[in-house]
Amino acid sequence: MRELLKVENLEAYYGESHILHGVGFSVGEGEVVTLLGRNGAGKTTTLKSIMGIVEKRKGSVRFEDRELVGLRSNAVARLGIAFCPEERGIFSSLNVEENLLLPPEVRPGGMRVEEIYEIFPNLKERRRSQGTKLSGGEQQMLAIGRILRTGATLLLLDEPTEGLAPVIVQKIGEVIRALKSRGFTVLLVEQNFRFAATVADRHYVMEDGRVVDQFRADELQSNMDKLHDYLGV
Amino acid sequence: MFELLGVPPQALFGQLLLGLINGAFYAMLSLGLAVIFGMLNVINFTHGAQYMMGAFCAWMLLKFLGLNYWFALILAPIIIGAFGILLERLFLRRLYNLDHLYGLLLTFGLSLIIEGVFRNQFGSTGQPYDNPLPGGQNLGFMFLPYYRAWVVVASLLVCLATWFVIERTRLGAYLRAATENPTLVQAFGINVPRMIMLTYGFGVGLAGLAGVLAAPIYQVSPLMGSNLIIIVFAVVVIGGMGSILGSVITGFTLGVVEGLTKVFYPEASSTVIFVIMAIVLLVRPAGLFGQTR
Repeated sequence: MRELLKVENLEAYYGESHILHGVGFSVGEGEVVTLLGRNGAGKTTTLKSIMGIVEKRKGSVRFEDRELVGLRSNAVARLGIAFCPEERGIFSSLNVEENLLLPPEVRPGGMRVEEIYEIFPNLKERRRSQGTKLSGGEQQMLAIGRILRTGATLLLLDEPTEGLAPVIVQKIGEVIRALKSRGFTVLLVEQNFRFAATVADRHYVMEDGRVVDQFRADELQSNMDKLHDYLGV
Repeated sequence: MFELLGVPPQALFGQLLLGLINGAFYAMLSLGLAVIFGMLNVINFTHGAQYMMGAFCAWMLLKFLGLNYWFALILAPIIIGAFGILLERLFLRRLYNLDHLYGLLLTFGLSLIIEGVFRNQFGSTGQPYDNPLPGGQNLGFMFLPYYRAWVVVASLLVCLATWFVIERTRLGAYLRAATENPTLVQAFGINVPRMIMLTYGFGVGLAGLAGVLAAPIYQVSPLMGSNLIIIVFAVVVIGGMGSILGSVITGFTLGVVEGLTKVFYPEASSTVIFVIMAIVLLVRPAGLFGQTR
């Protein structure tokens, strides 16, 4: 499997506070990989540092052998990486369809709007509604749906299941598996490892701004105790 | 001659037209302010000076290059907009993360400097600018000068076009989204800093265009902007900062209200807008069309 994303010795800062202390991991093409960890372990900061939203960073992030550290977020996006933020980032001044069409196409080969509506029929029904009038689950689907159009091959999803009802969580799980079968590569940040276990090929565990452990999907069962310990569940 | 509410119709319609003309300028200028505020979070106090520069630019194009009004209508907004982009790159860019007050103070200072330079160069008496559309039409109830009709129509077209671009196009969706969450819009691959720069240039260009339209009506003088801008700020406060349609509707409406006040109670004509502003601030502090943020 070709290595799509390789993060090495990544350090990141918010103003004066040092958040990431040498994060390292890799994601292969077509894989679904999760970053697990407690609140404040640095998972979201890792995604934002890859994306260039956190600009103060050191170390190396390579995507298809191009160095991303030093690039601004708009340049990173143009290389084919898309970000779905934890707070979903649906725009209230835009309707559903405008939200869906907002991210510009960065590469050929993105999904067509019709295909996205097929996956998320609710969005099609409500395409004239104001974006923030949707339910939490629909907003999450919109937030994922709109980055599928762009042609980005690596999707960074930050806690897509947070605060959602179990049936919606299940639906999002199906969507992530469907994306994998379409060839998307997904880096997923999760606190809910029960959910993560249903979708991911590999898991990395983060603690205090570092990657401290990793498991393959088939190693998860035999390491439950360790995981419970890491995540404090 | 019949009378309407005790007022001769010529006076009524004359003032109504005058009100519409003033309203056209209020609308165009407050529209520019709204666009700039929405995107940059900067209250652009230099707007009046930039409007004045637009008028002077038209005057200079004619005097030194012999380019007539219609050329100036195209060229002056571009020149003044480019000047705005320069200001954004040099100064404004450094203030985005600070309180509104810094932007206001900086742009206020810039407007004093610009007006000072023009006053020093051209004196404060003002330069005449020939009317490119002389003559008019007698409509029976009033006389309609062609140029004034053109100003109202042109302003309406510009306001509508701006509204359309912002509310109905892809580019406008980027602008609206970036007003809400610039970080995320940039992470989608859009060069937000450049978009902000161009937005400021556009808003300033709009002020320049208003200046060109004003040149044949008012004297081209260094203080023409500061006389107008105080009222325009009142209009913006009434309409609500940052609302596109709100600033257009409020601009025209208040122009007409001011005109009608001149007919029915002339003593209040210069204060009526400020009285309305005070009432609106008491009842709806965010303005008639504004949203609290």
